[in-house]
Parts: sequence; C-alpha cells; structure tokens
Amino acid sequence: MILLDRVTKTYNKTSVALDRVSLHVEPKEFVIIIGKSGAGKSTLLKLLTREERQTSGKIVVGGLDYDKLKDREIPLLRRKIGVVFQDFKLLPNKNVFENVAFALEIVGYGNREIQHTVPRVLDIVGLKDKAKRMPMELSGGERQRVAIARAIVRQPKILIADEPTGNLDPKHAWDVIKVLEKINRYGTTVLLTTHNIEIVNKLKRRVITIDGGKVASDRANAEYKR
Amino acid sequence: MNHKVITFFRIIKTGLQNFIRNATLAIAAIAVMVITLTIVLFSLIANATFANTVQQITDRIDVSVYLIDTVTVQQRDTLMNDLKGLGNVKSLEFVSKDQALELYKEQNKNNVDLLLAISQTDNPLPASVQIKPWDPNKIQEIKDYLEKEEIKKLQSDEPSYSGDRKEAIDKISAATKFFRQAGLVGVAVFAFVSMLIIFNTIRMAIFNRRDELTIMRLLGASNWYIRGPFVVETMIYGIISAAVSVALCNSLFVISASAFDASSLGLLDIQFANQYFADRFWNILGAQMGIGMLIGAASATIATRRYLKFKTTK
Repeated sequence: MILLDRVTKTYNKTSVALDRVSLHVEPKEFVIIIGKSGAGKSTLLKLLTREERQTSGKIVVGGLDYDKLKDREIPLLRRKIGVVFQDFKLLPNKNVFENVAFALEIVGYGNREIQHTVPRVLDIVGLKDKAKRMPMELSGGERQRVAIARAIVRQPKILIADEPTGNLDPKHAWDVIKVLEKINRYGTTVLLTTHNIEIVNKLKRRVITIDGGKVASDRANAEYKR
Repeated sequence: MNHKVITFFRIIKTGLQNFIRNATLAIAAIAVMVITLTIVLFSLIANATFANTVQQITDRIDVSVYLIDTVTVQQRDTLMNDLKGLGNVKSLEFVSKDQALELYKEQNKNNVDLLLAISQTDNPLPASVQIKPWDPNKIQEIKDYLEKEEIKKLQSDEPSYSGDRKEAIDKISAATKFFRQAGLVGVAVFAFVSMLIIFNTIRMAIFNRRDELTIMRLLGASNWYIRGPFVVETMIYGIISAAVSVALCNSLFVISASAFDASSLGLLDIQFANQYFADRFWNILGAQMGIGMLIGAASATIATRRYLKFKTTK
C-alpha cells in the first residue's frame, strides 16, 4: 500500500530532514510513527501527501509512483488520501455538516449524494446530533472528529493523522483515537503520528520511531516506558 | 448530474458569493475598468464620427472641366472616355450649357437683377464635365491629363479644383489619425492599469481566504475549482463595468443632444455619433462586456497562477 525506498529529503546542504528512510505499510494496517519534534515525522507525511517532494529515493502509494506524478495529478492523489491535522483546519464560517460536505463538493458530488453521505459519516465519528453546530461551539476533541469525518467522507484507502491529539486533553484524545481505530476496522490504512506514549502503549500497534531523519526502530505491538 | 457539470455550477455559484462578499474591494477594480471601457467606447465612436465627416466632405469634392462652345460630340466623348480610364475617377457627369443655365437660375432664383441680366444675353455659361475622384488626395493624374496640349484646347477656362476642401480633409484626416492613436494608447494604458488593480484585488481576496484555499488544496480540489470562482468574480466586474460605461455614454449623448441642438459641433457631428451609438447599442454593450470579461479573466488567471503552483522542486 505504502512503500518508501531510501527516501531522502534535504532542504539545503546542511539540513537533512529524512535520511534514506525505507518502510513498507500493508493495506489495512494501523501504524504509529513517533519521534521527537523535528525528527522528520511531519516531513514524512508531507512527502506522502505531496506537499513536499523527496530529494531522492522512491515513494509508491497505492500503486502510484510519485516520481511519475504530474502536477495536475496531485489533486487526484490527495483525493485518495484522507488527512487529519493537529490544528484541525476546519472552516470557521461553515457548520459541521458543511465542513464535511465541503470535501465532497470540491470533487463534484451532487447535493443528494452529500445529503445522504455526510450524516452517515458524522454518525461514525459520533457527531450526528451536532451537524448544525459551528466549529467554535465545539470542544477540541469534537472539532478533531469533524476533521476526521471530513477526511474519511470520500472513503480513502489511507488516512494520515498528523498529531491529531496534540491539542487535546487525555479524555478527548482518547475519543479521537477510538474513532481512528474504528475507521481502521472498516478497512482503512491509518498512519498516526503522536507524542503521546500513553496512547502508543494502549493501542499496542506497530510503532515506527524516527530519530534524526532515520528509522530508529520498527516494532509490532510496541510498548514504551513513560 | 455529471460531476463536471455540478462542479461548473458550483464554481459559478462560489464566484457570485465571493463577489458579494468582496463588494467593497471590487469597487476600485470596477471603477478603473469603467474608465478603460469608456475610453474604448469613445475612441470607437469618435473614430467612426471623424471617418463619417471625412466621407461627407470627400463626397462633395470634385473637379470641373469647362468646355469651349465649339467642342464636338466626338471630342467630348473621347475626353470622357479617357477620364473614365483613369484609376482615381469615381464618377463623371456631363453638364450641358442649358443644364448649366438652369442650375445657375436655380441657385440665384432670389436675385432678380442677375436673372434679368442673364436672360437678356446668349447663354454665357460653358458646358462642363464634373469629375468626382475616389481619393481627393490623389488628383495629380487627373490634373496631368487635363494639362495635355490637345485637351487644353477643348477647355474654355482653367479647371476648378475644390482645393480648400482638400485642405480641410487633410486636417480632419490628421485629426482622425491622432485620435485613433491617442485612443489606442489610452486603451492600452488603462487596460494595463485595470489589470494591475484587478490583479491586486484578487491577490487580496486570495490572502483573505488563504486558509480556505489551503484546505481546498489539501482536500484535493483541482486547480480550476480553486481558480474558477476568482475568474467568475472578475468577469462579473467586467459585466458591471461594461453596463456602467455604456449607461454613462448613453446619458452623455442624451445630455449633449439636448444641449447642442445644432446638428454639428465643428468637426464632431454629435447627431451622427448619437445615431451610431443608438444603432449599435446591443453590439456595443456585448463587445464592452466581452472586453471587460476578458480583462478580468486574464488578470484573475495571472493572479492565481503563482498561488496554484505546486512545490515540485526537489
């Protein structure tokens, strides 16, 4: 599903964000990526969504070779990958329903399809009764679940969550993680970056540690001391 | 409905919404575009009006060749055939002695003394050939022909050229040329200025909505889905500006037509300009809207281009 082969990203000669990173993620896997700030986690995810381009190495996602990707194909790639950000990136002037519908509107879904699909996705993230609320009226955890709903509404094969719990208290953080697990059970590959060791330990999933731009460890069912 | 059709209508809808939201920002852009389009319109009408004036005066210009009374029909026919063969001759008309007298009487019908005097003599007026040239600036060929010895013999008098009129035509032609060039320069300058202002308006709109646009891009909106609404928005500027500009010209004509009741104002024939404008009202409005939308769409496309570039450098 996701294949990185000796991927290197340098911003200039002295700063190496990623150094020959190779990894392979199977379909329907739930992978946690941990590492200190500046270790290269976000760079890795940005390469996957093609916000950045690798300096060298090979990236293949869902059969798409990123080297052969043309600019006009980048939107098509992004439609296949759902992304959740630490700062939610919701539109403040749209309500919950509209924020989720937005992801469908921009790719040309009809109004009837939108009316049909959005409530079902809001149900999955547990926000069915808050469809009319504005983002400002929601808690951080709720906002992040709206963002997740928006990321999965087009049923992507891959969901990338970049520190989705970074701004949340433990209870809300766990709500968000539970939604991610649920989505994974439905068959979506989930890539999660986090600082939160407690979440890592509770999840007992494959954990990839990035340190200094390199893969420091890659272990299944990993647990860490706090 | 097809996804592309839905997207097309969404782009238009979003463009309309953005236009309403950005209305205050749009005022400057629309104002300068009104000026641009008004200059375009004025140049067009002034050009047509001057051309009309030149045409009218040109039509009146002619060369008169006066013939001696003893000229034979054969000589006359030879003369006229030769003249017909010259490139610049538009039309020829033979005016006989009798016709000349009739014309003279007609022109002086209020002058009783003159009429009396002429009735008491033999017809003193010569027969003549009236030549209308295509181009009054190129009558040298005709002149040369009439200067020939054997042709000169047939003439009772020197041919008369409407020389003063030629001068007037030269002046108007020069003025027309100047106005056309000045109009072109004005149009170019103001088109450039309005593009710059629209460009900045759109940059500002992009800046105001940068979060939304970033999210759109991350969610996989195509470039045209992002750019389209801006293009629609600026095309609305064009439509409104064209309507304002044409309305402005229209009211100007209404005012000027009543203010200058006389049909002409020196070289600028207001009546003609007014008629020209009225006859082509819908074409003019359509063309103005077309130009306005083109200017708008071009500036929006350029303004969004840099923003939409993907970071594909390694």
